[in-house]
Amino acid sequence: MRMTLTALAFLSASATLAVAAPGPAQQAQLDTYATLAKAVDPAFAGFSAEHGKTLFLAKSTTGKPDTPSCTTCHTADPTKPGQTRAGKAIGPMAISMKADRYSIPAETEKWFGRNCDSVLGRACTPLEKGDFITFMVGQ
Amino acid sequence: MRYHVLGFAIAASLTTVPAFAATPEVAMAKECGACHMVYPASQLPARSWTALMASLGNHFGENAALDSATTKQIADLLTTTAADAAGRNNRALRGLSATQTPLRITETPYWISKHGQGRVAATALAAVKAKSASDCVACHAGASSGQFDDD
Ligand code: HEC
Ligand code: HEC
Ligand code: HEC
Repeated sequence: MRMTLTALAFLSASATLAVAAPGPAQQAQLDTYATLAKAVDPAFAGFSAEHGKTLFLAKSTTGKPDTPSCTTCHTADPTKPGQTRAGKAIGPMAISMKADRYSIPAETEKWFGRNCDSVLGRACTPLEKGDFITFMVGQ
Repeated sequence: MRYHVLGFAIAASLTTVPAFAATPEVAMAKECGACHMVYPASQLPARSWTALMASLGNHFGENAALDSATTKQIADLLTTTAADAAGRNNRALRGLSATQTPLRITETPYWISKHGQGRVAATALAAVKAKSASDCVACHAGASSGQFDDD
């Protein structure tokens, strides 16, 4: 029994690792955000998928009224396609469903800039951006 | 219902093309087509496009800001091909006073006059699965020649 459980735990751990590995371009962006996060807080010790998930699902009252949450357009399930307010389809945010996500820094920065302002009424910090991508890499 | 051939460029998926290396047309298709159809420049006067491009940070309830080089590139294209640009058919400006600067095509007197005085029925929108009357391509399908032609 204990053997089986250990084997299962090992299997699921390795499966998670295989899915959760960022590609080189995504890793490069994570490294950039990590450098910036460390510059802000020398105690920075790595990104948190859990915090990224919280940011993604949170309801905000500090941004623009029509966009209270990231989920307004991206839906609450990162593996599902989303929709803009005008009705245009948005590809899933999870890299398991869309492998080229977070691989062009200018695009990622443009959308963080817009969407954090629309939803939160402020820019996201490098820590928040890294947490968000870390969460999406595991989805 | 009559079908019109409108010069609406369908947004191509050009996400790998960096904006600064692109032609104005490519930049506009990519950047202005990210959230909705690419609206034809020919449906608003240049002053409207100038005002719209100067306020992308607060664009109909969203931040749609672009870097300044891309903003200028697209603003130049829109204003030089606007309804009141030289050599353009400015029918879209009918009834619009020179002191008005609408930010929406759907707020121009001409558009309103062609669409049941602006009251596009919810049933008509539902029939074509349009989210709002701003979703022109839902009713005016086809066309990508870049010119506005009503036949
Ligand atoms: C008003 C609709 C809307 C809201 C709200 C929204 N987004 Fe987005 N987001 C989009 C669109 C549209 C795109 C670009 C289309 C695409 O990448 O498929 C996008 C793209 C992105 C990208 C770029 C992904 C990449 O591949 O580089 C990131 C990062 C992002 N959004 C994060 C967020 C975060 C974080 C929030 C909440 C704070 C949020 N978005 C809220 C519409 C929205
Ligand atoms: C981040 C998303 C986003 C981007 C990028 C964007 N728009 Fe919009 N746009 C919107 C939304 C949301 C509306 C309101 C749609 C509605 O009311 O149905 C809108 C509406 C419009 C309208 C009014 C349509 C009407 O007549 O009702 C025009 C014109 C317009 N946009 C032009 C542009 C141009 C030009 C660009 C490129 C510089 C652009 N948009 C980029 C989100 C965006
Ligand atoms: C619900 C369907 C629907 C939507 C959405 C719609 N239209 Fe139309 N439009 C029509 C119909 C039907 C006519 C024909 C009216 C007539 O002949 O008087 C028309 C006529 C027009 C005309 C006049 C053509 C001519 O020469 O008579 C223009 C220009 C036009 N639409 C532009 C637009 C634009 C731009 C949008 C988006 C901002 C739009 N329409 C959205 C249904 C729609």
